[in-house]
Amino acid sequence: MVAPFETPTARVPKAAGFNCPSCGAAIELHAQGWAVSVVCGACGAQLDATDENLKILQYGEKVTAQPRIPLGTRGTWKGAPWEVIGFQVVTISVEDTDYSWTEYVCFNPYRGFLYLSEYQGHWNVIEKLRRRPEREVGGARPTVELNGTTYKHFQTATACTTAALGEFPWELRMGDRVVGRDFVAPPYILSAEASDNETTWSLGTYTPPEIIQKAFGLSKPLAQPIGVFANQPNPHANTPKRMMARFALALSALVLMLVLNVTLAGNRTVFERTLTSSRAQEEQASVTDAFDLDGRTSNVAIDLESDLDNDWLFLVLSLINETTGETREVTRQLSYYHGADSDGSWTEGDKRETVRIASVPAGRYFLRVQAEGGEPGRASASYTMRIRRDVPHYGFYGIALLALLVPLVLSFLPAASFESRRWAESDHAPTSSGRSDDDA
Amino acid sequence: MTVPQPHGVACPNCGAPVRFLWAQAVQTTCGYCRSVLVRRDLDLATLGQQADFPATGSPIQIGTKGQWHDQRFVVVGRIAYGWARGKWNEWHCVLDDGASAWLSDAQLEYAMTIAAPSDFEVPAVMQVRVGETYFWNDTPYEVASITEARYLGTEGELPFTTWEKSACLFIDLLNAQHGLATIDGSDTPPMLFLGEYVTFDDLRLRNLREFDGW
Repeated sequence: MVAPFETPTARVPKAAGFNCPSCGAAIELHAQGWAVSVVCGACGAQLDATDENLKILQYGEKVTAQPRIPLGTRGTWKGAPWEVIGFQVVTISVEDTDYSWTEYVCFNPYRGFLYLSEYQGHWNVIEKLRRRPEREVGGARPTVELNGTTYKHFQTATACTTAALGEFPWELRMGDRVVGRDFVAPPYILSAEASDNETTWSLGTYTPPEIIQKAFGLSKPLAQPIGVFANQPNPHANTPKRMMARFALALSALVLMLVLNVTLAGNRTVFERTLTSSRAQEEQASVTDAFDLDGRTSNVAIDLESDLDNDWLFLVLSLINETTGETREVTRQLSYYHGADSDGSWTEGDKRETVRIASVPAGRYFLRVQAEGGEPGRASASYTMRIRRDVPHYGFYGIALLALLVPLVLSFLPAASFESRRWAESDHAPTSSGRSDDDA
Repeated sequence: MTVPQPHGVACPNCGAPVRFLWAQAVQTTCGYCRSVLVRRDLDLATLGQQADFPATGSPIQIGTKGQWHDQRFVVVGRIAYGWARGKWNEWHCVLDDGASAWLSDAQLEYAMTIAAPSDFEVPAVMQVRVGETYFWNDTPYEVASITEARYLGTEGELPFTTWEKSACLFIDLLNAQHGLATIDGSDTPPMLFLGEYVTFDDLRLRNLREFDGW
């Protein structure tokens, strides 16, 4: 067991100033004890920060690149203070075009190092990982698994340091090259950097410029992002899901309506009669007996079933209210033909039809029927009429379903278009769209 | 509880009082004259004197207290190493149950390890290559880095002597669950330490050094 023991808390003074051995400019070390190299802000010389005389690693040129977050800026990230102490410009070449981004080194004397990267307004906050991904799968579209999340390979490129300022926890020299492999699962980017003796993994989180500006207390807003970045979250990603939820809701409402409609509909047969239309007495209408239509205002269906055989019949049906004389007229042609030809037997038309009349109030009605037409050789045609009151109707539901499906299908388009813009910048761009389109 | 003190509780070199914080300490350093002292059966022997003690940027110091899982610990000693990227410390921590643990602070990435049982198989350091996989406790560990280090000095109490050591190879292996294995090649056979990377917040450290301006 350990005896109680306290040492008085030691206060570590601010680092003493140094002078650049190349140009004499003052240099302040912020991450003293941990910084490995420091680049003089005046002459660009790369110096060994682990050497008390700041031995020169490489003479440099004056750095003209301007960090968007000035060195020395203090910020707050996840509740802890961080100071920006280093800045470098990193360049990759893809098909003879150079792409440059910037990286920032942030330091906290208790928590170590945190990194930021910025490319055309797209920011990532990056932490070094001290673990290996659980699984790496190769092939045409490699993936990496970390903490149960699958990251898709985006790009492999050799990155070169082309400008630098301030302190770094590694030995930085201009022209340093590292092979970086990036895997994405928005908003995260998992990067592997391989050097001679070591592969280090880091995890970046896509962060909007407003959040960076606020975290580092910058007075001027940072530039807005241009284009789509590798691990930028798809702003439309949830649209299809949202639309799907709405669709499901609307669909269940529709099904409920259908069930109610079928169960509540009376579907009562109020009248049935077989008529024979004689062609000799054409133009003469017949009138049925009166029948009652009761209940709420609802529809009426007239089922027609004929014995037509290579014949046709045109019916004018008038539903007439006995009391008020109000008339609802509908017409329907029945025809049924059949035969055989070189392709085999055929039929056309139907012996049966159903005619619907909507919104008929209760009352006592009769039906006036006038039959016309028919093949000249036929003497007569007989047909049965059955009148049903309060009939369920299905056609409406088909149209409503289609109307619901259209926005659902359309909702997938913006998300898909965003994804295709993302992957156009990767090693896995579809071959049909060339890189030259990207600047258009 | 009082730690039993050996006879001759004064530094044989300068006469300053030497007080042990940990009963099993084998080596300590005189806080006044920086003599490295080894505890023998009855008294203390001076092995020699250290030159300048290396300053590092670590917030940890002797007496820092913290917590690792369900055990509290206190820092009683340290070994400072130098490597290609500067310096780091292995802080000797004593846990509640009296066992030794090591807290490393390289680049302020904290890791806690404990010596593995002696029957664990450890490869000869010169044979190990980056990317290879070794199994301990049925868990695969991948060799992440091989570091050449040199002893810069010691402070406080240690469970072994370091005086005769100068340079050695350290091999770090990682698994997929934040787990870490370190092979210390300074002894034959090499020593194996198993543990994990921990965050600053996980350790709930108290009695740290304070930095001006922070």
